[in-house]
Amino acid sequence: MAAAADEDFVQLLDPAGNRVEHPDFSYSGSDTDLAASLRDMVLTRRFDAEATALQRKGELGLWPPSLGQEAAQVGSAKAIADTDRIVPSYREHGVAWVRGVDLKALLGVFRGSAMVDYHPDDKNFNLYTWVIGGHLLLSVGLGMAMQRDGRVGGPDPDANSAVITYFGDGATSQGDVNESFVFASSFGAPVVFFCQNNQWAISEPIALQSKIPLYRRAAGFGFPGVRVDGNDVLACEAVTRWALERARRGDGPTLIEAYTYRMGAHTTSDDPTKYRGSDELDAWRAKDPIERVKAYLLRQGTIDQRWLDDLAAESDALGEQWRADCVGLPEPDLAQWWDRVYAETPHALLTQRDDFVAYRASFEEA
Amino acid sequence: MATMTMVKALNAGLRRALAADPKVLLAGEDIGNLGGVFRVTEGLKAEFGGDRVIDSPLAESGIVGTALGMALGGYRPVVEIQFDGFVFPATNQILTQVARMYHRSHGRVNVPMVIRLPYGGGIGAVEHHSESPEAYFAHTPGLKVVAAATPSDAYWMIQQAITSPDPVVFMEPKRRYHEKGEVDTEAIPMPLHQAKVVKPGKDVTVLAWGGMVRPCLEAAIVAAGEGKDVEVIDLRTISPLDDDTILTSVARTGRAVVVHEAMGTLGVGAEIAARIQERCFYALQAPVLRVTGYDMPYPPNRAEADYLPDLDRVLDAVDRSLAF
Ligand SMILES: Cc1ncc(C[n+]2csc(CCOP(=O)(O)OP(=O)(O)O)c2C)c(N)n1
Repeated sequence: MAAAADEDFVQLLDPAGNRVEHPDFSYSGSDTDLAASLRDMVLTRRFDAEATALQRKGELGLWPPSLGQEAAQVGSAKAIADTDRIVPSYREHGVAWVRGVDLKALLGVFRGSAMVDYHPDDKNFNLYTWVIGGHLLLSVGLGMAMQRDGRVGGPDPDANSAVITYFGDGATSQGDVNESFVFASSFGAPVVFFCQNNQWAISEPIALQSKIPLYRRAAGFGFPGVRVDGNDVLACEAVTRWALERARRGDGPTLIEAYTYRMGAHTTSDDPTKYRGSDELDAWRAKDPIERVKAYLLRQGTIDQRWLDDLAAESDALGEQWRADCVGLPEPDLAQWWDRVYAETPHALLTQRDDFVAYRASFEEA
Repeated sequence: MATMTMVKALNAGLRRALAADPKVLLAGEDIGNLGGVFRVTEGLKAEFGGDRVIDSPLAESGIVGTALGMALGGYRPVVEIQFDGFVFPATNQILTQVARMYHRSHGRVNVPMVIRLPYGGGIGAVEHHSESPEAYFAHTPGLKVVAAATPSDAYWMIQQAITSPDPVVFMEPKRRYHEKGEVDTEAIPMPLHQAKVVKPGKDVTVLAWGGMVRPCLEAAIVAAGEGKDVEVIDLRTISPLDDDTILTSVARTGRAVVVHEAMGTLGVGAEIAARIQERCFYALQAPVLRVTGYDMPYPPNRAEADYLPDLDRVLDAVDRSLAF
């Protein structure tokens, strides 16, 4: 299992909550900033727990838990500027939360009450997506568009922008992902490929996808790859900040491998006891992304029990709101969908819709 | 005679094929240790080993393309595509390599391979997990396409597909995976590429396959209560179509309704309707009607009941046909 070794990763806060020096990377935020990251991780975990519970109650059809991946998501999200484009996969609930995406829309997708009900431009956050690896090529294309708009490598750093795209370890086996690496490299596209290596692609271990650590693949495509402790929110932010700045400057793509662990099931339909042992989970629990930050900030005196109690109360209130938001989502009406297929709707589709509406109405009259 | 679900029937059929021929191999995402996300291959890796039941990296093009290579190397691969909507990364391999190898080699090189495709809606799934892409494959010369509707057909048809000298896209209706039916493992199965009259009738012929056969049978029962005698044909084979069974029935009833989950426009139903009007024109007493999914991407699952053809929509079409 060559790919499973913890070698060479960037870590700035160890599992016990001690700050660690790294020659190349440092955390630029204050302890207060870090407390904000802690809050975001705690609330992400709460959102995820609520959604998982909603699925159990039959309110959602399916849910892919982000449990255990909060540091990778919140840390990387903290480094993203408003003008940067985020292209998520389907598990980036923590990125969505930090970005201020309407979480109701994410619940709606998994409830089956809507497609993806937000405009990607609103928060510069693309549509959640399901076909593994399929969204990486468009990420590169978004970066190529930024290049052509003069938004990459310009003299004013604030006017520059980049794309960050999220995917899993399993996705790295897809042709589209490898083609994305080629295009990004060839054109020096401003893209950060943020791979959350959570060790599993449903039941397939990382060793099946790669015989070398994933971050090293980047070298073969001609751009840098960095492995970061994906359970260390400081390190994830620092490395992502560096990679995004490189991209905005015009220095091209970076592959970040956030080495983490999917502590929950792949989705609520999955039963991980079929393919992995509890010893593994226990080992990763000891590296929990939230506990280490809590331990550090308590020791620093930045937060105290009262702060944590307030956060718990905020979390409870949000939990209640998310539950209400979810069950209050409007039921979909198929009749709405016909004129969303084409920008210029062919007449035959409208006829089909009208026939459907008339057919449905015939039952109501009866 | 045993009673089992379609999942268990497929599992038993695959086990029998693996035991019968050492050249049979399975490959796909999560099919080994997990037994597949639907458990169709449960226990087979433990029984036949990882060389014959291959847990694949996450790449459908890779799965199908390497299976083609193994087929050329003398094996009979059976690949699982995890869900209908994820077959598309493999379509280049399926359409440009698998389907054409026999033709391009002037008939010298066979591709005995099966692409298992759990398909269709009605299971409350998220996007890309409820699609019915059979028309794309049936449109492609060189591919055979079949769909099982019952555990018994699943058990036999998977074994027949594996022994076929041609590549077969094997459609498995997910919504029927857990329904039970009788399977006679000693029976002599009917030929793979033959349709089955599952309920004889004389007034109108209803044609369906896979997950749609059941609502058609239910509609036939309701129609019988209203004095309408509906014949239901389970097509079983989509490419090639069993023209004989279809045309013989419609020549007798003079009316036909084709039912499928996939979008209607340029779908399999259009081909069937065209063949019927070409070959049964003088027998027809009504235009051939289609009951299909609508011309849009499969909707969010809380709207799928309106999208999927059901008993009422089939009955409505039967009535419209009879009213001509
Ligand atoms: C093209 C494609 N094939 C198969 C699937 C089914 N599937 C959904 S998630 C998944 C595993 C993904 O693993 P990974 O990329 O590591 O991401 P993770 O889910 O662990 O975050 C699979 C096989 C899919 N969604 N898309």
